[in-house]
Amino acid sequence: MSQLIVENIRKSFHKKTVLDDISFTVEDGEFVSLLGPSGSGKSTLFHLIGGLYEPDSGDFYLDGKKITGKRGSISYTPQSPSLFPWRTVLKNIMLGSELFGKPDEQEARVMLEKAGLGGYENAYPHQLSGGMRQRVAFVRSLLSPQSFICLDEPFSALDELTRLEMQKWLLAIWGQNRRSVLFITHSIEEAIFLSDRIIVLSSNPATLKREFKIPFPRPREEDILLTEEFLKWKKEIYQELKVLQ
Amino acid sequence: MHKVIKAGWRPLLVIILLFIIWELSSTFFEIPSWLLPAPSEIWQEGVAGWPNYHHHIWSTIQLTVIGFSIGCIVGLMVAIALHLMPRVREAFYPLMILSQNIPIIVLAPLLVIWFGFGMMPKIIVITLVCFFPIAVSAVDGFRQTSQELIHYMKMAGASKGQIFLKLELPHALPSLFSGLKISATYSVMGAVISEWLGANRGIGVYMTLASSSFRTDRVFVAIFMIMILCMLFFLVIISLEKLFIKWRPKGEGNSK
Ligand SMILES: Nc1ncnc2c1ncn2[C@@H]1O[C@H](COP(=O)(O)OP(=O)(O)OP(=O)(O)O)[C@@H](O)[C@H]1O
Ligand SMILES: [Mg+2]
Repeated sequence: MSQLIVENIRKSFHKKTVLDDISFTVEDGEFVSLLGPSGSGKSTLFHLIGGLYEPDSGDFYLDGKKITGKRGSISYTPQSPSLFPWRTVLKNIMLGSELFGKPDEQEARVMLEKAGLGGYENAYPHQLSGGMRQRVAFVRSLLSPQSFICLDEPFSALDELTRLEMQKWLLAIWGQNRRSVLFITHSIEEAIFLSDRIIVLSSNPATLKREFKIPFPRPREEDILLTEEFLKWKKEIYQELKVLQ
Repeated sequence: MHKVIKAGWRPLLVIILLFIIWELSSTFFEIPSWLLPAPSEIWQEGVAGWPNYHHHIWSTIQLTVIGFSIGCIVGLMVAIALHLMPRVREAFYPLMILSQNIPIIVLAPLLVIWFGFGMMPKIIVITLVCFFPIAVSAVDGFRQTSQELIHYMKMAGASKGQIFLKLELPHALPSLFSGLKISATYSVMGAVISEWLGANRGIGVYMTLASSSFRTDRVFVAIFMIMILCMLFFLVIISLEKLFIKWRPKGEGNSK
């Protein structure tokens, strides 16, 4: 049960406005994607939600509580995997829960198995491929105790097939406990396949451009990727993004 | 073991060659042995004189280990303090560097005046030469922690202490070990110098006695003992490094 309200967020770096008056809400158990051109400020928005730095104006509320500038209230997968090189895969994914008490090693092992990383428990990050590292970072945020998850392009380094596998897996896990997810991606298809709602950001500065409600019923199967309706959505969102370039 | 032989034969060959040249030239040019003894003479003295000097070696080893340990602890504590308190770092970092510009040879007699001939001045000398490489390498290691990882830890809600213990400290380990390696060799030097000040045993004492009685062969025995000790300390640190840092990509630093 976690609802995130983003309210009139503004942020500039060195007089250059990056985010301009961004407001939206992620409802409890909702899966929302952020689409926007590179450099539009998506990662910056995550850093602000996570309290890394404070917005120039505006506030964030999680379950009605103001979390602006407060750290540790969301679980987060950074755009670069940011794994600790001296920790094994297993130790890495338990880091998030370790910060708040006792990590559950059994659960961690099960999750690794499910993410297709079984047998890599004791490997070090440098022994993994880029895509595997991303998956580890993703599992780490799933195992973190916070109930609101922010994912910054978690699958960008994966090949088409693995990516689809991971998307299906994410949907399955998400379907089980329905944590709220805010998801950044560059892929329109990925956004449509996963999300309840897609928010399109313009760039320079980022403003909220448009919202799309994706009506496909859940649970979703991969065959919707080939339907007329899916293509129609893809076209529409593509047009929207194209105008931004 | 096989690997050690494979990597070690080249330097070993060079050393053996040097000894052969040395040996041959001292017979060929008939250099008097009080000026420069041949390696064979040094070796003979080293073997025959063992009962006379081995207690000196133990004493130096003891002094080195004590001094080095204290130097490590001081260095590490200084580094942590400087790192966690940036204001203090600004104030004390220059002082720390200045402390390294005091010539030990000049300082040592002063220390004897202040603290007498006991262990105290000797340990201060060793600590002074040891702590600096450790402190600097640790501070650098802490500070070079990847921003990405720090951001992750902050957003995950880690406290300052957790960031230090779980991120900055392990991150600084490789750098810290390069400092330890330098300090380990310095500490042997520090021990020998401090023994010159006034002691009744130790390689430093043995060396002073040997050179004042023109036993150049013994001076060389002492020099080789110091070198061997340095190597041994260095090896101990390297094995500790291997033990603590298992996560580095294999084959790093190996020349093919
Ligand atoms: N700490 C910072 N200091 C100064 N400028 C910054 C900082 N962080 C981000 N920016 C600027 O903000 C803008 C948005 O960056 P951000 O990383 O949020 O983009 P993004 O939408 O995530 O892009 P991408 O899709 O390529 O990841 C960029 O122009 C970047 O230069
Ligand atoms: Mg980004």
